[in-house]
Amino acid sequence: MDGKKSLLQEFTKGIIKENPVLRLVLGCCATLAVTTAASNAIGMGAATTFVLVCSNAVISLLRNVIPNKVRIPAFITIIAGFVTIVQMFIKAFSPALDTALGVFLPLIVVNCIILGRAEMFASKNKILPSIIDGLGMGVGFTAAMLAMGIIRELLGAGTVFGIPILSGFMEPIIIFLLPPGGFFVFGMLIALSGKLSKEGKAPESTGCASCPLAASCSKITEKEGK
Amino acid sequence: MDAQMIRSLVAIFLAAILTENYVLNKFLGICPFLGVSKKLDTAFGMSCAVTVVMVIATAVTWPLYTYILVPQGLEYLQTLVFILVIAALVQLLETALHKYMPPLYNSLGIYLPLITTNCAVLGVTMLVLEKGAADPSFGFVQSLVNAFGSGVGFLVAMLLFAGVRERLEDCDIPETFRGLPITLVAASLVAVSFLGFNGVVDRLAG
Repeated sequence: MDGKKSLLQEFTKGIIKENPVLRLVLGCCATLAVTTAASNAIGMGAATTFVLVCSNAVISLLRNVIPNKVRIPAFITIIAGFVTIVQMFIKAFSPALDTALGVFLPLIVVNCIILGRAEMFASKNKILPSIIDGLGMGVGFTAAMLAMGIIRELLGAGTVFGIPILSGFMEPIIIFLLPPGGFFVFGMLIALSGKLSKEGKAPESTGCASCPLAASCSKITEKEGK
Repeated sequence: MDAQMIRSLVAIFLAAILTENYVLNKFLGICPFLGVSKKLDTAFGMSCAVTVVMVIATAVTWPLYTYILVPQGLEYLQTLVFILVIAALVQLLETALHKYMPPLYNSLGIYLPLITTNCAVLGVTMLVLEKGAADPSFGFVQSLVNAFGSGVGFLVAMLLFAGVRERLEDCDIPETFRGLPITLVAASLVAVSFLGFNGVVDRLAG
């Protein structure tokens, strides 16, 4: 009973309390780039979730085998393997999605959510919690991207999932589909989620704390502080 | 190298900086853009390191892909090979700088470990190959110029944005927007200004 409850917590924390996009602010590149349409957001979210769950599982199994010094290259290799599988799968079954996601599909490999979860969670926990953690984070990532995708598609093209909703009611505001709209909607969503959160404020900066490179990043922050 | 060639290279270079800016138009390298742009000098150091790694990475991955992976029919290994090559290159560069050029290491070295997982670097190595596949005249030299231009474009975006952020520090911002939200809204406005460059390069290069 107790074990079950904690697994449920592992799952839900990724969706709300530690949402990777809105609270930890990881993987911003993909979030900003592919959310021009709701369907792209779902495709990207599903691809990332698959890689996240698989790499978390494998890294968790290998956590006692991989020497500490070479862990980052080892993690990257494992992640890159799964990204290649997803790439081939999407190319074969959904060429349209492959074109829409473009270079951001292979770039899942450098998405800091995946490396961050490998470093923070999978390399320290057993396989089952790691899989659940990956699943929760993946669903949280997808949900946040879907929210952004719906807002941008609705305002920028007047449709949601390609179904016209605003036609005749108002002119679509095309700038929401362009890069500036991406930054703007993302900023608004982070402000909103900060307001609704317990602390009542938005995060200061990107999610350095959960990034494996935080050690070298903090050197730069120290330099900036001087 | 004839005039036509030089003209096309200049067009590629300018397009990479202005109309295809990696940060503001393509959303690559957003993490350092938001994370390391608080002060002008760190923003400058980071972008220089990114530019150097972009050019070197393209110079290595382009021949590797064209002369080894393609003839062997191993194109699907692109992602895996490229990320490992970039990781190894960055490590090598860091070690070499540390040993032979300590002053440069002190100013640029601290940024190097961060660059391994910078999506702009992996992105440029893949995007130049995509361009090459679409247009056969886009070869090795064009790819290098594109990589260099992309690095300079990253530098321009970082410096402009660092300037904007230094000003934001003194502003009285509503509490809900303090921190990241106002940074993103500012980024949005900088991106709007870059939209104005659309079409400029085509007219310049004819």
